[in-house]
Amino acid sequence: MPRETTGQARAGRIVEVQDLSVRFVTRDADISVVQDVSFTLDAGEVLCLLGESGSGKSVTMRSLLGLLPPTARVGGRVMVSGHEVTRMTERQLESVRGPVAAMVFQEPMTAFDPVFTIGTQIAETIVSHEGISYRVARARVLELLELVQIPSAARRLDAYPHELSGGLRQRAMIALALSCSPALLLADEPTTALDATVQIQILLLLRQLQRDLGMATIFVTHDIGVACEIADRVAIMYAGRFVETGPIDTLISHPAHPYTIGLLSSTVHESSRGRPLAPIQGGPPDLADLPGGCGFAPRCVARTALCDQVRPTLIPFSTTRAAACHHPALETAPA
Amino acid sequence: MHLYILRRLLYTIPIIIGVSLVCFSFIHLAPGDPINSVLPEQASAEVVAQIKAAYGFDKPLPIQYLKWFSNVLSGDFGLSIMTRRPVLSEVGPAVAHTALLAVSATLLSFLLGTSLGLVAGMTTRRVTDRSVTAFSVVGISLPHYWLGMVMVVIFAVKMRMLPATGMGPAGADLTQFGIEDIKHLLLPAVTLAMIPTGIIARSVRATVAEVRRQDFVQTLKGKGLRRPRMFLHVIKNAAPPAIAIMGLQFAQLLGGSILVETVFSWPGTGFLLNAAISTRDLPLLQGTVIVLATFFVLTNVLVDIVQTLIDPRVRRA
Ligand SMILES: Nc1ncnc2c1ncn2[C@@H]1O[C@H](COP(=O)(O)OP(=O)(O)O)[C@@H](O)[C@H]1O
Ligand SMILES: [Mg+2]
Repeated sequence: MPRETTGQARAGRIVEVQDLSVRFVTRDADISVVQDVSFTLDAGEVLCLLGESGSGKSVTMRSLLGLLPPTARVGGRVMVSGHEVTRMTERQLESVRGPVAAMVFQEPMTAFDPVFTIGTQIAETIVSHEGISYRVARARVLELLELVQIPSAARRLDAYPHELSGGLRQRAMIALALSCSPALLLADEPTTALDATVQIQILLLLRQLQRDLGMATIFVTHDIGVACEIADRVAIMYAGRFVETGPIDTLISHPAHPYTIGLLSSTVHESSRGRPLAPIQGGPPDLADLPGGCGFAPRCVARTALCDQVRPTLIPFSTTRAAACHHPALETAPA
Repeated sequence: MHLYILRRLLYTIPIIIGVSLVCFSFIHLAPGDPINSVLPEQASAEVVAQIKAAYGFDKPLPIQYLKWFSNVLSGDFGLSIMTRRPVLSEVGPAVAHTALLAVSATLLSFLLGTSLGLVAGMTTRRVTDRSVTAFSVVGISLPHYWLGMVMVVIFAVKMRMLPATGMGPAGADLTQFGIEDIKHLLLPAVTLAMIPTGIIARSVRATVAEVRRQDFVQTLKGKGLRRPRMFLHVIKNAAPPAIAIMGLQFAQLLGGSILVETVFSWPGTGFLLNAAISTRDLPLLQGTVIVLATFFVLTNVLVDIVQTLIDPRVRRA
C-alpha cells in the first residue's frame, strides 16, 4: 500500500483536497458536476457540506473514497490521511475504504445487503481488513452495536436488515462505518430518510461518537439546523462549487454570499426565528447549461453585469472565511 | 418454516386435481374414438358396446373422470389399449429414461448457463457481454432438433465417434453405467441443453447486472470488501431468481421432449407420448400426462422452498 505523504502535510491533517473536479462523461453527454473544490480538514474537526440537492455534495464525498462510477473523470488531488486517493487503483483503494475513511449512506433501507445478517455484514468488514476470525469479529460487532446504542444488541446480531426499523438500521450503518476505526467519517445525509424524532436521535448519536472518538468528519446535509448542531465549519455548495466557507457560528450570523443569505432566510432554524421566510427565486441550475459567469447570477438579487461575465473565485475575506462572489455582503460580516 | 413447506405441499393437491381435470377433458374433447384403433374392421355394434363397456367408455364423462381419478389415487392407472399392459409399467421406465436425459441436460445447462451469465453480468467489457448475449439468442432460437440432426450427421455419420440413436445397454440403471452409455447420452443431452443454456445465461446475466446496480453494492465497495467476497454477495442475491428460472427449465426437461426423443429414438416420456397420441391410447396418454404434471408441480414447489431458504425476506410471507 503506497503511503505517499505530501511535503507540507502537517500532523493531524486528515483531508487535503486541491482543485477537485468531477465530470461524468458518456457517449452523449459530458457534464461537470464538481469544479475547483479545495479544502482541508484536521483530526477531530467536523465540516458540513450544505447545499440544494444536485449541487454535488454526494459526488464530492464519494471522490474522497474513490467511489465514483467508471463514467466519472476526476481531476485535481485528494489526499486522505496521506493516501493520494485520486491516484490509487481499485485494489489499493480497498485498504483505504474502512480503516482510513468510511461512509454512512443516506438510505438505510437499501444500503445493507438484504440477504445477509447485520452481524455478518459488519463482521466481514473487520475480517476483511484485519484478518481475524469471524468468531473474534463477532464479539467486536456486538461491542459496536452496543456503542451505537442498539437495544438488545446480541439479538440484533443475527437480524436481517428488513427486520430492523429505519433508525436501527442507520445505527447499524454507523456501527459498520466505525468498525475499522476510520480516521475520517463521511456521513452523506445520514438522517434525511428518517422520521423527524429519529433524525434527532441519530444526529445526537453521531455528534457524541464524533466527540468521543475524535474522528475528522464530513457531514452532508441540506438542513441548516442539522449543520448548526454538529459542524465546526461549513462549506456552502452551489452548482458544483464551494461558494462560501467559514466557521458555522459566524457564517450563520453573518452570511456573505447572496446564496447563503437566501438559504438562511428560506429555511427554519434558530437564528431565523422572528425573520420572514423568503425562498430563493428560481430553480436549481441545469449543470449541462451553466451561465458563463457566476452560476448563481440568474437567481441572485445582487446581480450586476460583472456577474454575467466573470466567474467569481473563492476569495478569503477574513482569516477563517471565504466567499465566491463579486458583491459579498461584507459589511455585515465581522473581520 | 416447516409450516410454510407443509402449506406449500398442501397447495399442490388442488393444483394436481385441476391439472387432472383439464388433461382428462382435453383428451376426451379431441375428435376421434379411442376404440376404433383396436376394433376389428367389421365389428358389430354389440362388440363395440362390449369393448366400450370393458374400458368404461360407455359411462358419462364425469363418471369416467371420477372413476379414473380415484383409480389413479390408488395407484391404478389402467391398461394401455395398445400393449394391454398396465399404464404404470409403461410410464415408469419411460420416466426413468427421460429423467436420466433431463438431469444430464440440466447439469450441462446449469453449469454452462450460469458460468456464461456470471461472466457477462460481472464483466465491464462490452465485447464479452455482447458475445454471451449473442450466444444465448442463437441457443434459444435455433431449432434444437435440427441441431440434433446436424450433430448426428457430424459425430455419428461422418466421424463415427458417437452412436446416432438409442440408449446405452445399461438403460437408466446408474450402477451399470459405462462409457457406452455416456456415448449414447452425449448427443441428445447436448441437444436438449441448448435452449435452457441460452435462457439461463440470459437471465443470470440480467439478474447479476441488476443486483450490481443496487445501492448495497456501493456500501460493500465503500467498506473495502475484497472482490471474492463481493462476488459472494452478488451471487447470493442473484441466486433466488436464477434458481426459479433453472427450476422451471428442469421441470420442463423432465416432461421430456417429443422432438428430441424422436430424433434420437430415446425411449422416454416424449417418445411414449408420441406413441400414445398417434395410436389414441387414452389410458396411456392420461397416465403419462398426469405423472408428468405431478413432477412439474412438485419441482416447482421444491424450487420455491429452496428460494425461501436462501432469501430471508420471502420467509415472512
Ligand atoms: N453516476 C452519475 N452519472 C451522471 N451524473 C451523476 C451521477 N451521479 C451524480 N450525478 C449528477 O451529479 C450532480 C450532483 O449530484 P450529487 O452529488 O448526488 O448531488 P447532491 O448534492 O444532491 O448530493 C447531479 O446533477 C447528478 O445528476
Ligand atoms: Mg446527495
